[in-house]
Amino acid sequence: MTFDLFVIPFFGGLIFLLVVLFIKYSRWIALIDRSGRRKIGYGLFSLQIFPATWEVFLESLLHRRMWKQNKLLGYMHMSFAFGWLLLILLGNLESRIYSGGHLNPPYYPIFLKFFVHDKRVLPFELNTLPGFFRFIMDFVLLYILSGLVLAFFKRIHSRWFGMKNTSRHNRFDQWAITCLWLIFPLRLLAESLTASIYGGGGFLTNSVGDTLAMILPAAVTPGMAYVAWWAYSSALGIFFITLPWSRYMHIPTEVVMIYLKHFGVKSGKHLNSFSEIEMRACPKCGVCIDVCQMKDAGAVGSTPAYFVRSLRMKEGNSLLNNNCMLCGRCKEVCPVQIDLLDLRIASRNLENQSIDKPFSYLPADVPDSKGINVLYFAGCMGHLTPSVKKAMVSIMDAANVKYKFLDQDGSVCCGRPLMMAGMFEAARSLMEKNRQAIHASGARILVTSCPICYKIFNEEYKLFGVEVLHHSQYLLRLVEAGSLWINHSGLSVVYHDPCELGRGSEVYKEPRKLLKRVAKLIPIEQERENALCCGGSIGDLALNQDQRNIIRDAALDVLLEPKPDFLVTACPLCKKTFSSAGTAKVIDIAELVAQQLEKADNLIEETVEESIL
Amino acid sequence: MNKQVAIIGAGIAGLEAASILDSMGFKVTLVEKAEHTGGHIQNWHQLFPDRRNATEVAQGIISKPLANVSTEFNREVTSIQPFAEKFIISAKDGWVFNADAVLITTGFELFDAKRKEEYGYGIYDHVITSAELETLFKKENGVTLRIGRTPSRIGLVHCVGSRDEKIGNIFCSKVCCVTAVKQAIELKELYPECEIYCLYMDLRMSGRHYEELYKQAQEEYSIQFIRGRLSEAAEDKSGKIIVKVEDTLLGRPLKMTMDMLVLMTGMVASAQTASICSSAGIQKDSDGFFKASDPHLYGNITGIPGIFLAGTCSGPKTISDTLSDARSAALAVQSYLSAEANN
Repeated sequence: MTFDLFVIPFFGGLIFLLVVLFIKYSRWIALIDRSGRRKIGYGLFSLQIFPATWEVFLESLLHRRMWKQNKLLGYMHMSFAFGWLLLILLGNLESRIYSGGHLNPPYYPIFLKFFVHDKRVLPFELNTLPGFFRFIMDFVLLYILSGLVLAFFKRIHSRWFGMKNTSRHNRFDQWAITCLWLIFPLRLLAESLTASIYGGGGFLTNSVGDTLAMILPAAVTPGMAYVAWWAYSSALGIFFITLPWSRYMHIPTEVVMIYLKHFGVKSGKHLNSFSEIEMRACPKCGVCIDVCQMKDAGAVGSTPAYFVRSLRMKEGNSLLNNNCMLCGRCKEVCPVQIDLLDLRIASRNLENQSIDKPFSYLPADVPDSKGINVLYFAGCMGHLTPSVKKAMVSIMDAANVKYKFLDQDGSVCCGRPLMMAGMFEAARSLMEKNRQAIHASGARILVTSCPICYKIFNEEYKLFGVEVLHHSQYLLRLVEAGSLWINHSGLSVVYHDPCELGRGSEVYKEPRKLLKRVAKLIPIEQERENALCCGGSIGDLALNQDQRNIIRDAALDVLLEPKPDFLVTACPLCKKTFSSAGTAKVIDIAELVAQQLEKADNLIEETVEESIL
Repeated sequence: MNKQVAIIGAGIAGLEAASILDSMGFKVTLVEKAEHTGGHIQNWHQLFPDRRNATEVAQGIISKPLANVSTEFNREVTSIQPFAEKFIISAKDGWVFNADAVLITTGFELFDAKRKEEYGYGIYDHVITSAELETLFKKENGVTLRIGRTPSRIGLVHCVGSRDEKIGNIFCSKVCCVTAVKQAIELKELYPECEIYCLYMDLRMSGRHYEELYKQAQEEYSIQFIRGRLSEAAEDKSGKIIVKVEDTLLGRPLKMTMDMLVLMTGMVASAQTASICSSAGIQKDSDGFFKASDPHLYGNITGIPGIFLAGTCSGPKTISDTLSDARSAALAVQSYLSAEANN
């Protein structure tokens, strides 16, 4: 008879979990819009299945991104995920040896050692099939237990795992994690005690069982073994029941999310049912908390892990929605690759939908400017740093570029700040104004000094026939084409990647290439994808000035560590923010290039004067 | 007896205190980082609110008798260290001096207007500071020379580097509002046809006769006051300055073309303040200026017995407030030194 009452907690929990997951996933998938559902329909029968499955294997089981983050962290997650799966799969195969290959109740392989006592097999006997399984099952259990030991140390000292912070748990999390931690030690205890009575254990369970038998009176071991099997089953059962409301919901949900992403389903600008899936795919691992600069400003509660949790618990509030610089550092490291910026913007959209200013003051006429190749757009921030636009004008004059300074007499905002605030409709009315002016000019290239403008021109304007370039890209092009002559300054500089240009638009190469022509570029610890935000971000609608200053100063500590002659950036807002500290010489890449032009001019003038004398 | 007092900074506060301590019979040494005494007042043309000649006032202070006062020029003090009931004062050039009491009168520095890059100072030719305007006033027809033609519209921008959270200075510099009104009148006198605009956040006419000056500026001189902070300045092809400002009374954005823009730069704590604070253990306040041990009761006394404060090193003050503060500091020094002598 392969049944005992103790299997009920496990079996009941499993059925409960499967029913809950089925209901939840079918509801979310049903709520995905028609085009999304169509994508799923096509995707299921497309080749996308293969890369998606491969990603599930790499990320959900092996935890490749976690490994990248930290080796111990990777090992710990892999031992739980991959180890547990192996235990289930191998246990299933092992059980077939004894059941004659028939279909078994799901609990049978899990509690196999309770039902089957194969005394014939010796602990280290590898040359028979049952012996092999006995060995490998103990080996996998040991593997998982090693991960558990790491998890225990991680709670005590997360720094060993490259993490300064771990997330706080809610009640469901606490129940689930307690059970999760108990599952494998209880399995070891139950199997070991059983092995000590009936024999038939592997190298691990047998030796643990023998040791226990030495300590315990023989009369109590059968009773204890039975209690251990009950406890093991109950731990599993409670874990399954609490799972859908705990952080461990990420285990099944991440798999669903990976497939949906590969099929092309996205959350986009509005919270939808795919966002619901994304929220639950977050394991609250806390990797994002570590990189989030909001905690420098004393706003740990606004870090992505807690933001996503409150969104999931429907406890979101205005402060949480708005207190984020949208710098994208979290998205870069998120092991689950959740689009944390889109989630934040979409939740802002729910509360900031209308605007009372109808932009009636905007100029109605489109400026006439035929016969030019290049449009220059300084942007609002460019106008707040006149040295940047002055530098651009002098460079384009020097290179004889036929250009028009589109917003010379004042900008119509590009719309990106409103987009970031979730005010999409208001943003679109501004975008339309700019789009008309850009198209009316007939220009083929649009150059902007502001990465904020660059991102939205590039991604949302859909300017057919117009190439959008940031000034760092355009200046490099002028230099490489031989239209611009610049000298090397001999200065040593550190380059700060602006969020919207770097992580936001993946422009890392061109500014560095250009800089190397005018100065000595010193590499720093946190750059490119890992660059820090300056703290001046217009993406945050809640930070006060003191908090911004803290973030700015912490970033400056990193940037100025190699003691460069200049801190170079490619964003007027970063320049303004860093300059306000009064501790560093900050310059825009365009200014540096313009200075090196100027020197060439001076040189010519001086020689002319000398020759006159 | 003849105790030695060191006064750090020979601006008007240092000079005033020196003359009083001298008359009380103390040996006084003035330590000045520049090569002349007087400080900022030397650069000023006329003083508010009565438009008194600044040189005249400076002379009035400088010419007071200083019998037992010696002055050390070109000595930039970097540290003051208490040592065996005395103080060791060290300067950048290696000069060291001992004193029984120290009075700090290091004053203020003008806010560096380049830090408000959006106003274009240092980038556009016709954006100048209020201090530069005074210098231009001191020379006759200076303004015309600077622009090269008679200006037809000039804007004065209040609160540059003051009451500005973004730049890190949340405090009011106290003297700029009335200075702007005074300079607006002076400009109007020079160029009666010129339109003069004051762009202000709010007007703090707190001193005696300031309000009258403001009224006069509006009624007699037709100075235009626009409530709104300048957002940015740009330069057009002819070198004129285009400013963008929101008129917050009308609730409307404005764009104006100016021949010249004058930035009313505020006061900030001098660079010396920080180094002296850390060496002597004196507290610095959140605004960067020195902190008195009790701003109400003992405004001249620091947390370190024997070190005193006077003038704008402990926060923005007008000239008359600075002089009163210097006199009261002299009394505080005297009471400290005579109590010490009795012990």
